[in-house]
Parts: sequence; C-alpha cells; structure tokens
Amino acid sequence: MAKELSKSELLDLYHRMVLIRRFEEKAAELYAEGKIGGFLHLYVGEEAIAVGGCKALKPTDHLFTAYRDHGWAISRGLDPKRVMAELLGKATGVSGGRGGSMHLASAEHRYWGGHAIVGGHLPLATGVGIEIRYDEKPEAVLCVLGEGTTNIGYFHESINLAAVWKLPVVYLVENNQYGMGTEVGRASAVTDIYQKGCAYDIAHRQFDGQDVFQSYQIIGEALDLARAEGPVLLEALTYRYVGHSMGDPERYRTKAEIEEWRTRDPIHRLGDKMLADGQVAQAELDAIQTGVEDEIVDIVQFAEESPEPDDAALCEHVYVNPMSHR
Amino acid sequence: MTRMSFREAISQALREEMYRDERVFLMGEDIGKWGGSYAVTRGFLDEFGEKRVKDTPIAEAVIAGAAAGAALAGLRPVAEIMTINFAFLAMDQIVNHIAKLHYMFNGQIKVPLVIRTVGGGGRQLGATHSQTPDVVFAHFPGLKIVAPGTPADAKGLLKAAIRDDDPVFFIEHATLYQAKGEVPDDEDFIVPLGVSDVKREGKDVTLVSYSKMIQTSLQAADELAKEGIEAEVIDLRTLRPLDTRPIVESVKKTNRVVVVEEGWRAYGIGAEIAARVTELAFDYLDAPIRRVAQAEVPLPYNRRLEQMALPQVSDVIRAVKDVMYLK
Repeated sequence: MAKELSKSELLDLYHRMVLIRRFEEKAAELYAEGKIGGFLHLYVGEEAIAVGGCKALKPTDHLFTAYRDHGWAISRGLDPKRVMAELLGKATGVSGGRGGSMHLASAEHRYWGGHAIVGGHLPLATGVGIEIRYDEKPEAVLCVLGEGTTNIGYFHESINLAAVWKLPVVYLVENNQYGMGTEVGRASAVTDIYQKGCAYDIAHRQFDGQDVFQSYQIIGEALDLARAEGPVLLEALTYRYVGHSMGDPERYRTKAEIEEWRTRDPIHRLGDKMLADGQVAQAELDAIQTGVEDEIVDIVQFAEESPEPDDAALCEHVYVNPMSHR
Repeated sequence: MTRMSFREAISQALREEMYRDERVFLMGEDIGKWGGSYAVTRGFLDEFGEKRVKDTPIAEAVIAGAAAGAALAGLRPVAEIMTINFAFLAMDQIVNHIAKLHYMFNGQIKVPLVIRTVGGGGRQLGATHSQTPDVVFAHFPGLKIVAPGTPADAKGLLKAAIRDDDPVFFIEHATLYQAKGEVPDDEDFIVPLGVSDVKREGKDVTLVSYSKMIQTSLQAADELAKEGIEAEVIDLRTLRPLDTRPIVESVKKTNRVVVVEEGWRAYGIGAEIAARVTELAFDYLDAPIRRVAQAEVPLPYNRRLEQMALPQVSDVIRAVKDVMYLK
C-alpha cells in the first residue's frame, strides 16, 4: 500500500463496513414488517467498495450511483438516520420521503443520486465532468454502475464522449456477477468487464472489490488520473450475499457459491488483517460491533418516529419556477 | 423593432444570452464547424470558441443527459437535438431523468437546461423525419414545453427558457425558419413561459393553435374575414404548463372553438384543449369543438400525399364553417 492508513482510519473503515452491513440487515427486517415499501436492493457483501471508494473521494468530488445505494450514501457521509428515514418514506429522509430506497441524494455531499434506470446516470455523471473542465476545477466524478450496465447503450455513449472530451470521470463497475439473475457470461460478450475500456483507449483496471485497501488505493489513483488526463474504467470483483432485491427466489445460483464468496468477506478480511498485524485487539473490534448495534437502535428509532411528509409536499418541487396551471 | 427571420431571431437570442451569461454554452451535433443543420449557429464557433460551442458525437442520449449533468453542476447548457424525431433516442433521459430530478430529490437538484429541437412535416423527409409529436413530451410534469410560431415569440421565449431554472424542451418548426416578422431589439426582451397569446381578435369563432399552425390559422382567419367571419386566434406558445385563461375568455365571447394542430388528432393537443374547454366553459359552447389535425398515418414522402395528410388553410376554413353551421 502506497498510502499508509493510521489505526484510527483503519478502525473507521471497519466501523463503516459493519454499520452498512447491520443497516442493510435491519432494512430487510423492516421490509418484512411492511415498514419499507417498493423495491429494496441490499449491499450486503459489497461494503468494501463503497467504504474504500468514499475514503478516496475528496469532499469536492462528485458521486453518482445506481439504485443499490444505501452503502454509498452512508459511506459518503450522509446521516444513516436520514437514509433509513428515506427508506421509511419520512419527511426527514434525505430525499424528503419522495425518493425512496433507490433515490437517495445529498447535494451538500455532492452525491447526486441514487438512479434506478439502469445506465441512466452515466450521461449525467459525464455531464458533471463537462462542468469541471469548463470551470477548470481540480475535481473528479465517481460514477458507480453494475456490470449489467456495461451492455446498455448509455455505457458506450457516455464513455465515448468522456474519452473524446477527456472528462474527469471514473466509471466504477461493481461486478457482483449477476444482472438480476443472469450471470455475467450469459449477458456480456466480454466477461472481464474492465477490458471494455480498450474500445475507448482509456485507462482500465480490475481489482478485488472484497479488499477495502485495494478499493481505497485503486479508486484514489483512478480519480487522480481522471483529474489529470481523462476517464478511467475500473472493475471491482464482488458479490452480493443476498438476492437482487427483496423477494428474489435465487434460483440462479447455489448456496455453495455464496459460501465460497463468504470466505473472502471484506469485513472479516480487514479485521483479520488488523489482528494479524497486531494493530488492534479483538476486544476493540468487538466494541465496534456492539457500538453499531446501539447505533442501529437509534437509526431505526429516528426513522420510525419521524413525521410523514405533509400533504402540501405532494405538489412541491415539480418546478423551480412554478407557473400557475390555469 | 427589426424585421428578421425566425432563424435569425433564434440565433440572436442564443448570441445575446451567451454574451449576457458566460455559463451559457451550446452542445449538439454539427452545431460548430458545420454551423447547425438549420444554420442557426453559423459563425458561433468562431465567435465563442470550442469551449462554448461543442460539436458532439451523434449520440442523442448522452447529449441530453450530459447537458443535464452540466446543468445540475451549475452551467446553463443549450443542447441541440437535431430533430425531434431523434429525441426519441434521448427519451429516457428527458422523461425519466431531466423531468424528475428536481422533484424526486426533494428540490436538491436543479436542471436549468434548454433542449432545442426541430419538428414538423412538409419537407418530403418521409415518415421518420417529419413528425410533430410535441404532445408526447408535453405529457410529463417537470418539463416545460415551448413551441413558438413567430420570430418575436421565438426570440423572447428562447431567452426566457435560457434564463429559467427548469428544463425547457424548445420545439422549432422546420418550415418556419424563413418566416419573417418584427422582433424587438431590446436585449432583455422576454416572452414569459406559460402565457398564451391572442394573435388576432375576433368575435365569431376561436381558433386555438401554436407553432407553424398559427401561421395557417392566421391565413385562414384572413380568408374568413373576406366572408365576414371574424376569427379570434389564440397562440398557446407553451404547451406545458398550459395557459387556458385566454381560451376560456374567448369562448365566452365566440361560443365556438376549432383547435388546429399539426400532430395527429388522437390523444393530441386538440383533445386536451377540448377537454379543458368543456370543463371550464361548457355552458358557453354553441357547437361541438372541432379538431383540425394530421391524418392518422405515418407521413408519406410523396409531396401530394404529404400535403393531403397535413392540415391546410382550407381544412381550417371548413372546420370553422362547420362549427358555425354554415355551408
């Protein structure tokens, strides 16, 4: 590792990954209780990418993601209480309860969503790159997408334009092996997704998305390269332990496959490494786990006790400058 | 006032706004070196440079979406989609993203974007290049849909659109570019969005129209005047949000309505206007509302057949006489 992380930084990464996992497990429970509606896509198993990636992002950088977005929102610094409140459709939610699980955002954190049409956010992220170059700012955009998105037209149009105009955008593919229930090899002519960068003559790289150090290091390098030169395509190899969304019958994979990936669990790997290096004691990790349980209680309590949006909210924000409908 | 073409009015609006606000920039297919397919941006590349006049790949989805991204980050892009027929390739960006970002994220995101595009038939371009699907875009809350019918409105509305903080889909009719008219010289001349306009006063019948069909309706009104029939002509100018007040006021006076649109009749602008008039002024109607619109066919290439399918002055006159129960 080029950038050495301090003990407190390492513990912070560990804490964030544990928090996201417990947050997601709790969200599944609330969904089963009928407190969360619509679709719910959980990030369980993929935590190291968001936690490492957001550690690499500067506060002035920009973030776009698809709809598996809770982990990214929390990693980017959004208040987990307000993220959970959004899942419950409350007025205190990050999108005022009108976005839901798939549409989290926070302008203050330059997190521009949370987008639920596969590939739809790629042109938007590319366009933020236009503004950065227009104003000659030292910023970059991290645009997170699934491997299934690399087969849609937006992927081509966006990366091609970013390459022609040398825009500072990192397109980060989270390859969790399945687009809903279709494994990558049955949907993509090229299964080493990062190789698609060859088509645009841009920097491209694959890494182990279950290793938070690689996520942090490689995404950070890619952001700097994007700032200096132009777009980068990254592929993080990862896996979701749970279904695509709630209610996924999971007929497309085996329990053995899931168990095999669990042996490389990103949280355990970080914990084991810190223990093996003698940086922390088991008691410190246990304390983090216990602390997260308390946090989750507060998060859920805040979300459940928060008010519903009032009726007037229904017709607000259709336009910045509304005109009377006569 | 200066007499100029619709094309010159659009061009002047863009140029003035680019000088007024350095955050305004243009992007689109062949708008730079070529000068624009309809020559609206001829000379702009030399005048403003590549930073502000960006030639894009032929890739409508990313033109619309990247312009929206630049807008949410603080720029004020004017993206050109070469024709409205190609806007279908950007449909997901326009209706699923651009129309919804402000609302869905609780007002945190603004998209001060103008998409300029060119619609309409009558140039023998065949079925895929001649459509007037304005109503499709007007269906979506969150968008503002503008379609001027005169050079002055074209300039004033485009300037208003560029200064507006919401996404505006701005439709120019391909056969209007040569149309001439008086245009105010004031650099702050603005025609507000969302306000319909009485283009001609009359007491006998109300013609409701917009874009190219305003010209057709005004010609029909001139012909009708020779027979002693005074038609009031109302120009919608903005299709969403729709300003129905002048229509209702007119109906109270004329008691008869003909809607003239170039697009297809089914589920069209005329259907919407007719519904609103019956909701708001049913008791004032003395005759069923008539719709003059395009024949329900993909537009053919053959000139005679194409013109048969498009609304003509004679069709408007016939419809007016029908609602007046005249032969």
